[in-house]
Amino acid sequence: MAEWEAVVGLEVHVHLKTRTKMFCRCALEYGAHENTRTCPVCLAFPGALPVPNAKAIEHTIKLGLALECEIAEHAVFARKNYFYPDLPKGYQISQYEKPLCGRGRFLLPTAGGDEEIGIERAHLEEDAAKTVHAGGETGRTIGAEYSLVDFNRGGTPLLEIVSRPDIRSADQALRYLRLLRQTIVELGISDAEMEKGTMRADVNVSVRERGENGFRPRWELKNMNSFTFIGRGIEAAVRQQVAAYEAGKTLEQSTYDYDPDLDRLTVHRSKEEADDYRYFPEPDLVPVDPPRELVERLRGELPKLPAARIRRIAKELSVAAADELVSTGNDHKAQLLAERGVDWQTAANVAMNEPDFLDANAAAIAAIVKARDTLTREAYDGAFAAARSVSIDAAEYLAQIAVSDTGELDPVIESILAANPQQVETYRGGKEGVLGFFVGQVMKETGGKADPKVVNELLREKLKA
Amino acid sequence: MRPTYGTVSRYGVVAFASSLDQVGPVARTVRDCAFLYSVISGKDPCDSTTVDVPPVELPDGIDLKGVRIGVPKEMNETEGIEPGVAAAVQAALAKAEELGAELGECSLPRSVEYGMPCYYLVAPAEASSNLARYDGVRYGLRVEGRDRLEMYEKTRDAGFGDEPKRRIMLGTYALSAGYYEAYYGQAQKVRTLIKREHDEVFERFDLIASPTSPTVAFALGAKTADPIAMYLSDVLTIPSCMAGLPGLNVPCGLSEGLPVGLQLIGPQRSENVLFRVGHALEQSLGFDPVPERLR
Repeated sequence: MAEWEAVVGLEVHVHLKTRTKMFCRCALEYGAHENTRTCPVCLAFPGALPVPNAKAIEHTIKLGLALECEIAEHAVFARKNYFYPDLPKGYQISQYEKPLCGRGRFLLPTAGGDEEIGIERAHLEEDAAKTVHAGGETGRTIGAEYSLVDFNRGGTPLLEIVSRPDIRSADQALRYLRLLRQTIVELGISDAEMEKGTMRADVNVSVRERGENGFRPRWELKNMNSFTFIGRGIEAAVRQQVAAYEAGKTLEQSTYDYDPDLDRLTVHRSKEEADDYRYFPEPDLVPVDPPRELVERLRGELPKLPAARIRRIAKELSVAAADELVSTGNDHKAQLLAERGVDWQTAANVAMNEPDFLDANAAAIAAIVKARDTLTREAYDGAFAAARSVSIDAAEYLAQIAVSDTGELDPVIESILAANPQQVETYRGGKEGVLGFFVGQVMKETGGKADPKVVNELLREKLKA
Repeated sequence: MRPTYGTVSRYGVVAFASSLDQVGPVARTVRDCAFLYSVISGKDPCDSTTVDVPPVELPDGIDLKGVRIGVPKEMNETEGIEPGVAAAVQAALAKAEELGAELGECSLPRSVEYGMPCYYLVAPAEASSNLARYDGVRYGLRVEGRDRLEMYEKTRDAGFGDEPKRRIMLGTYALSAGYYEAYYGQAQKVRTLIKREHDEVFERFDLIASPTSPTVAFALGAKTADPIAMYLSDVLTIPSCMAGLPGLNVPCGLSEGLPVGLQLIGPQRSENVLFRVGHALEQSLGFDPVPERLR
């Protein structure tokens, strides 16, 4: 049986964080009342003309610089023509032959060194309006009685980042997406939240036999809006394609929908039905020639990027742990604690679980974390709860020393064990998870003042008997 | 007059062919035309294709000393030009020479040969895209149908006349996958060539002159059945339009009792020169815009 490998390319769309829309002065406000953020330009009234948003262009260049893309000296907007109710002009202003950002690369640090994902291009365009299908039984397009269009979203600046088909697994695709998302967020150019629809992805998947050159026809999964479904969608596509090839079938390029309930893909549109977008240079706009000084200023504004931070933190932790810490944006807090004497492993755990403390409380939190074994649960949790919003004094919490005196804890534990003979039997029968139950009881009995470490030790000892 | 592309804002103008559309003043005299132009021209933040213009000089006087006028032979000796039209234009040019201008022959072979076919690719392509918004949903005419698609179809069928429909079809075809390079792409290259050919001529001349149209006005409806014959009326104005250049039309005489237009074309943003020459000829030729039978 042949060994198959996945070939995946991703097109990631993010809404850019700007005050106004891409080509008009309408405010961008998530959640505003429907159709109140519109004007003659974004409703495509006769005679209205687009004017590009300079901030959106700067955001795009920033992203391009972070992905080591070639920044165009001469970028051209183009019209992508298609007819749909969410597109009032009958065309979307996008970039086609000459995008703002050309070839680049994105590096994913791993234990075995950096994995390089090529970037084909990144370009700027406007989003379409939002269509809501109403009435009917299914709530979907087919069977709906009528459709409503909210033009508030129409004209939102949209950045599309197209990767090369360099991704070889669902796992790698997710690592790419998570790190790319974190990079975008840290650049301050987008919230990139899939739940809010400010980040979406089109996923191109094909398979080939290991060692095979060239690519087979790809399936495109459109408008995927959750990391989980992207991962499952890729796996489903690979599964279905491999099964087809092994059954001796040939496949053609098509667009698919991922059905999460069935965990499989259903064909949406074949290549023959594909739209012909009739691209041509947008005559209402002059080309964008970003001045060198602007590009250099933006380069100077780039923060230290996530990939570089993963590499650095990976000297202290495993690459996977560093990746997780950085991809969630929690490495900054871990760094603050580590700088104040907390060991890296603990600092990482604390930052992953309790990342919300104010930077100004870092020293107090570090002191409390270091003394955690001697503190009451109450004091420890209380410190983190307060540290989110106000400046805390470590001494106040450090004074709440936990009861670790075995003489004091022994009778409490004895009585709890005596009161719960069934659980004791369960534990002795091999289900050691019950330990947590006993710890909880002891904590409850001591008003949270017992030292959990000592309680654990005592319990194990007594239960062994 | 048709000003230099980009000197007058297109904001608020229903778009037909965006890269060619240009707002221009129409007035009884060249001086009025210049005055109106001074008001409507200049950079507009709502139209990013607009540019700053040099201060407009209102024309005064009839001295044309030092002005070099090129006479492109393809635009003055082409077959389709009616003798009466040619004669009136020649008389106007002779007058210009009298006023001190220097005349010289020049040539724009490719602009004249390819201008028209090039225009009929670019203009319909852009029009097909610009006219997509008239779908009956948000404004304008709507003809109801059984469903959305039928409503679109009926609305567009009723709302557009034959010529827009012809151009939408032509333009959609010219932009289609597989045809773009051969048609729209090629037309854009030819456009660059036309610009360059004009630039070369303007190295030797301040402006060029020709009839505005090969014929005088034809009877209403005379060419409706023959679109190609109709298109040919524009053969002399289209090349400079494709190059984004300014053109001024000045009535210069009669042929068969109907007015003949003299066309003056200059390099980009040379409106002041066109106004100066147009005004001098208007003053000297003594053309009376009021038809004889109405005097």
